[in-house]
Amino acid sequence: MDTQSGSAVEVFRSVSVPLAQARAFELFTTRMTEFWPKEHSIGESELAEVVLEPRSGGRWFERGVDGSECQWGRVAAWDPPRKVVLLWQIGADWQFDPEFETEVEVTFSQEGPDRSRLDLRHCNLQRYGANTEQMRAIFDDPAGWTGSLAAFVDLAAAQTTPGH
Amino acid sequence: MDALGDRTRRTILERLSAGPVAVGVLADQLPVSRPAVSQHLRVLKDAGLVVESVAGTRRLYRVDKSGLRVVREYFDRFWETALDNFAILAEAEARDDTRKRGTGARPIKKG
Repeated sequence: MDTQSGSAVEVFRSVSVPLAQARAFELFTTRMTEFWPKEHSIGESELAEVVLEPRSGGRWFERGVDGSECQWGRVAAWDPPRKVVLLWQIGADWQFDPEFETEVEVTFSQEGPDRSRLDLRHCNLQRYGANTEQMRAIFDDPAGWTGSLAAFVDLAAAQTTPGH
Repeated sequence: MDALGDRTRRTILERLSAGPVAVGVLADQLPVSRPAVSQHLRVLKDAGLVVESVAGTRRLYRVDKSGLRVVREYFDRFWETALDNFAILAEAEARDDTRKRGTGARPIKKG
């Protein structure tokens, strides 16, 4: 629909942590609940737990406080302690969509005896732009979106307001 | 800390997501003055979330759907927060490890 639909859109983030590579990998994959921004939930009930089944093909889902499960995606590649690739399959309507895939590629590299670096690349975000209706839907609904959008707008405002 | 402002901007974005709207129409629909709406629109425009166009004598505003900028910004912000949290957790783990190693070397605890 536009000239950009063919080009890849991705985000890249990196962080260095005072843990050996294997510990960092383990922490990231087994204790996601502890670092996941809580408002980012698509379930009906409040987020209680983020679960990543530790194998290729495993499910990636949230469990609500009421015990209900809501799938987010799958594990596309499981290669401890070096790499894990997750499929983020939450569409623009904020629902799990098995036909929709964006990739979250996370690699861990040893930087010292007790230090490693995590590189995260979330790829193929252009798939969200398949049509403008989907884009609209992002704004329309989820609590997770509106909360973080507000935070984003807040930040944008802070950056554009002189003297604050 | 401008909570009302945040909510207003969010409301404006939601209104604009349905299609282009003139500033006067927005002001009529919201419990804020027209200059305040203009100010919010400027912030949204500077942030790349909203684009402006001119139709006759009216200025119309709509959500910027081109370039997937909003989606990208959203995920960029999201992962920044998640990885910041992860680093905090990792640092706590590292401190725990150091403490355990310290305890292991000295079987008799102080106190």
